[in-house]
Amino acid sequence: MNDKVYYWQALNRSLDVEMAADESIIVLGEDVGLYGGSYRVTEGLYAKYGEWRLRDTPISEGSFTGLGVGAAMVGLRPVVEIMTINFALLALDAIINMAAKIPFMSGGQFPMPLVVRMPGGVAKQLAAQHSQRLEQTLMNVPGLRIAVPATPQDAYWQLCQAINSNEPVVLLEHELLYFSKGELDESRQAPPMHRARVCRQGSDLTIVTYSRMRDLALQAAMQLADTGIEAEVIDLRSLRPIDWDSCIASLEKTHRLLIVEEDSGFAGAGAEITAGLTERCFLIMDAPPQRVAGKELPIAYNAALEAASIPRVADIVSAAQQLCRP
Amino acid sequence: MSFVQADREELAMELDLQRKMLRDMLLARAFEERVAQEYAQGNIAGFLHLYPGEEAVGVGVLHAAEPADYVVSTYREHVHALVRGVPANNVMAELFGRKTGCSGGMGGSMHLFNRERRFMGGYAIVGETFPIATGIGYAIAMRELPEVVICFFGDGAVNQGAFHESLNMAALWKLPVLFVCENNHYQIGTEIHRHSAVAEVYKRACSYRIPARRVNGMDVLAVHQATEEALAQIRVGNGPQFIECETYRFRGHSMADPGSYRPKVELQAFEKNEDPVKIAIAEVVYPSAEQITAVGRDNIANLTESLRSGGHFPAEHVDVMQADVAAEVEEAVRFASESPEPTLDDARAALDCNRQGEVLV
Repeated sequence: MNDKVYYWQALNRSLDVEMAADESIIVLGEDVGLYGGSYRVTEGLYAKYGEWRLRDTPISEGSFTGLGVGAAMVGLRPVVEIMTINFALLALDAIINMAAKIPFMSGGQFPMPLVVRMPGGVAKQLAAQHSQRLEQTLMNVPGLRIAVPATPQDAYWQLCQAINSNEPVVLLEHELLYFSKGELDESRQAPPMHRARVCRQGSDLTIVTYSRMRDLALQAAMQLADTGIEAEVIDLRSLRPIDWDSCIASLEKTHRLLIVEEDSGFAGAGAEITAGLTERCFLIMDAPPQRVAGKELPIAYNAALEAASIPRVADIVSAAQQLCRP
Repeated sequence: MSFVQADREELAMELDLQRKMLRDMLLARAFEERVAQEYAQGNIAGFLHLYPGEEAVGVGVLHAAEPADYVVSTYREHVHALVRGVPANNVMAELFGRKTGCSGGMGGSMHLFNRERRFMGGYAIVGETFPIATGIGYAIAMRELPEVVICFFGDGAVNQGAFHESLNMAALWKLPVLFVCENNHYQIGTEIHRHSAVAEVYKRACSYRIPARRVNGMDVLAVHQATEEALAQIRVGNGPQFIECETYRFRGHSMADPGSYRPKVELQAFEKNEDPVKIAIAEVVYPSAEQITAVGRDNIANLTESLRSGGHFPAEHVDVMQADVAAEVEEAVRFASESPEPTLDDARAALDCNRQGEVLV
């Protein structure tokens, strides 16, 4: 069945399917129960599974995430929802010092079947404290996996995979994607959680991107096609690990690399992608890799400034044209 | 069974328990003193926090627990692991960083783990034990099991936000958590009156309506009894309990700390009058000084006879025990030093315990 559903509905569906199949799955977070989740992701589940499995927590991000860690050590499979990624800064000790390290520090005695979901990114005029992207903070932590679904189908697949994984997985969801629609076919076989996807074929340059920037890159690719440039667009889907092979296969065809990320560029995800692919593909590149990234500024409340602080389609088109100039 | 018989059996069990606790007190002291020597010789490195002075807390609390209970501990946890039944060989090997250590050499002194003994780890970020124990308590409560999780922490940890966040949740959902504060009065080098607006730690639990009490943490029997009472309350579903054990550490915060911030007389007074190991010996061995004073010298023979028939034992038995634990520690050092070092492949395997065989790019 190929229904068009919202991104939040796909996540909701994933939770419902998995929770029905496995009683050890619990959801923890602020307003995930009675309220149904601030982005409706847990809607209807409280009535179905009860308060012990859908737990409305106090506003204590550090400790309810840590509570998830403890519960995971004794066989529960907690899915922690942090209302927005901005509050995850208070939970970094639980994510980095506990979840990522306990399996290792214990010499492999305690796997960590924990999922931490967090909406993030720049939404609509939420100002600096509610417009963060923390992928670079989490990417540098051995022991974590980071999935960045950009479509309802990937949101469904990757949340199911994260729940079934014994590794701590952080799911970075984009606030502007919750109410985007796409196809969801639950019966389709999922690719591995970390596999990148070529969303558009092209021969002139490779655009590597993830999360909401995937949509902008695809729009830019359409405009570029009108000017005679065929861009291949790769949606990474996972930031740790990164599927280098899919990127290399594309670069062997295009020889030009453009990275598009919403986060600030300095020491960000794009820097790692650039370094990783330069190390692997330097000799086949026809031009230095380029990045289109967020500006080195906190995000302003003012709408025009906010829009100017993160990549726009025109920025991607222009960078691609520069890169392809003979 | 007659009442007399029942009393006798009860007494025998009590004395058996006392002896086991005394042996663990002696083992704790001997183990830690040897660890200090091994550190001085370079066989153990890193941050090393020792337990002498605080033995009555770990021993008293953990002897009141059931094997099915969980233990979450701090970075000063060698003795908690030993009393919990993690073999001294594997604890020592972990301190030596060897593959045979209870964490495979990946954790070291501050991160001892043992799944089989439900020893859920030592944590080196102050305050981390609160949410982890609360999470384990959540899983127990959700499954309606009769188990309890014991959460150790020091007096310094109650100033962390995680303390308040976790106690609130544990109380709110009536989770089976026993919070045990090892109040040694110093947050590293800062005395409790200089780090806490409320120096009576147990009072802090009251704001979350958690029944809390303070016990003499130098008296293993007092600690044991308080723990038994608290665990009984938790097991009938009354939610968390809180025990503050007032104790004192005889060494610095870690081996890197000479402890010069403490008045010498304070340390000497504690060592002389409050040594928990000496107190435990006095409680189990006959006749004690108090007993002699009570009955008078002329009646010592009678007293001795009655104590002997009651199962108390003479001072020589303590010597036998001392020799026994010394041999156990010696063997642990031999085992650790002859054990192999872990390899980088072992390190990767430890992390990949999560992977379920999946191969990544």
